[in-house]
Amino acid sequence: MSDSTSDHGRRRFLIGATSALGAAGVVAVAVPFVSSMLPSARAKAAGAPVEVDISRLESGMKLTSEWRGQPVWVVSRTPAMLEQLAKNADRLRDPGSDESEQPDYCKNPNRSTAEHPEVLVVVGICTHLGCSPQDRMKVGNSEGMPDDWPGGFFCPCHGSKFDMAARVFKGVPAPTNMKIPPHQYLAGGKLLVGADKSKGA
Amino acid sequence: MSMLSSLTQWVDDRLPLTSTWKAHLSEYYAPKNFNFWYYFGSLALLVLVIQLVTGIFLTMNYKPDARYAFASVEYIMRDVNYGWLIRYMHSTGASMFFVTVYLHMLRGLMYGSYRKPRELVWLIGMAIYLCLMGEAFMGYLLPWGQMSYWGAQVIISLFDAISPPLALWIRGDYVVSDATLNRFFAFHVIALPLVLVGLVLVHIIALHEVGSNNPDGIEIKKNKDPKTHIPLDGIPFHPYYTVKDLVGVTVFLALFSAVVFFAPEMGGYFLEANNFIPADPLKTPPHISPVWYFTPFYAILRAVPNKVFGVLAMGASVVIFFLLPWLDNGPVKSIRYRGSLYKAFFGLFIVAFLILGYMGTQDPNLWYVNPVSRVCAIVYFAFFLGMPLYTKLDKTKQEPERVTE
Repeated sequence: MSDSTSDHGRRRFLIGATSALGAAGVVAVAVPFVSSMLPSARAKAAGAPVEVDISRLESGMKLTSEWRGQPVWVVSRTPAMLEQLAKNADRLRDPGSDESEQPDYCKNPNRSTAEHPEVLVVVGICTHLGCSPQDRMKVGNSEGMPDDWPGGFFCPCHGSKFDMAARVFKGVPAPTNMKIPPHQYLAGGKLLVGADKSKGA
Repeated sequence: MSMLSSLTQWVDDRLPLTSTWKAHLSEYYAPKNFNFWYYFGSLALLVLVIQLVTGIFLTMNYKPDARYAFASVEYIMRDVNYGWLIRYMHSTGASMFFVTVYLHMLRGLMYGSYRKPRELVWLIGMAIYLCLMGEAFMGYLLPWGQMSYWGAQVIISLFDAISPPLALWIRGDYVVSDATLNRFFAFHVIALPLVLVGLVLVHIIALHEVGSNNPDGIEIKKNKDPKTHIPLDGIPFHPYYTVKDLVGVTVFLALFSAVVFFAPEMGGYFLEANNFIPADPLKTPPHISPVWYFTPFYAILRAVPNKVFGVLAMGASVVIFFLLPWLDNGPVKSIRYRGSLYKAFFGLFIVAFLILGYMGTQDPNLWYVNPVSRVCAIVYFAFFLGMPLYTKLDKTKQEPERVTE
């Protein structure tokens, strides 16, 4: 093609316009593919609340239930454990749970409802990298904990430590306290995890 | 003309067969002074082939479904004819891939193979390494054991520290679940292998364009025969190095077989005991650590007592390798002609890398794990970040004009 017959301005415009349209097409077709990797309708619907029978949970004991594929712990704390919670405050990263995730009715030092202040309901997943911490509920240096250990939970993956209200200690990698799920108590010693009075199931 | 040569001519008229053979093998001139360290490129290629072949056969019996995955792996191990052998070859191959690639990278570091004009060879190689990390990580989820599950949970949570919607998108669910397993299978068996094979081809094409480096770190193309234009210190890759590499292959396969037949779990370093327990989303095993080839980076992650900075430090510890060609200001390439300053930094870096690798396998509650990891992480980064300065200050030796024996 000789230069005399070609219109360079027009050719540049056509190349630009074609490329732009092509790029828009690629982006448009990427949307369904990228979107297909997000949780499906079935995965979204699977998060229904679960009922847990806590009528036989004795003081000082913990039970584990499953909600949305994650462990949910229910711990019935002894008066001594509750007493210790108040003394932990200056060793904690977020004692008032200001940075942490919980329903408003659990934003208190015990991180529990007013109805059952001794019961801790918590998603048993470390806020660092998602491992499930282990019980270290005994006070003192058992199971590899230091002498001044006030009782709580220990994450085996990266060494994060939490107290008996699932509040994180200072100097460990977890940034916030463990998550308290919405929950409410039902008649007959039942606990409903995943829904509460403020919003329905 | 014989039948064979006329057939070759017929193909050559339609496909550049003979010219490609010549350009990449029989008339690709490599420096004549390659040593032991030059085995690992071809060995990595061999492991890639082992992984592709064993992987295809494993796929014939594996089920990428959270309900059946664990049992299907046990089925392969117990009921499929030679299934145990094929699976152990694949799991050993995964570790051997990293052994060969790490030694291949170490060679590049020692002899300055990342430097001009081989920057792209290095960058493509690093892309291969990243791809390999993704491939190994996703493959590790497939047996759906406890380590599979919690390893994936931790690594995906790294993305969660940067962007929660990104982690959700990777998992395809609110927790690691069947959706995650299924997509990791898709990435592991088709998407990443395709990318990997493509990158390996590009790596070799880029290498053959600029020519191989050598233990002296000098360019053999500077001294060419005036008539033939063949580098005076070059020898054709085939038959000289194909035969040399075959010796390496033989020794390597003997070692490989020894692992497959006598120590496929390698004392928990290649296959971890916890992974012989089916995945339980409610309970993390008491001691979890990644497979050995990720532990140096994992130790850096744990050494930082802050979630976001820990993740960033871990990412940086891998990404920083990409910058090497532009961090090194040394007037010589090979460690043979570097001064004591570089050698000290390099030696400390290797020691720090090995110690970090060990620390990453240890219980973080042991008193020495975090302090030692922190010191080593500082040494690790000092090697890279100090490089522009100390390579400039370093007293180097005179490079030879021609390669030495």
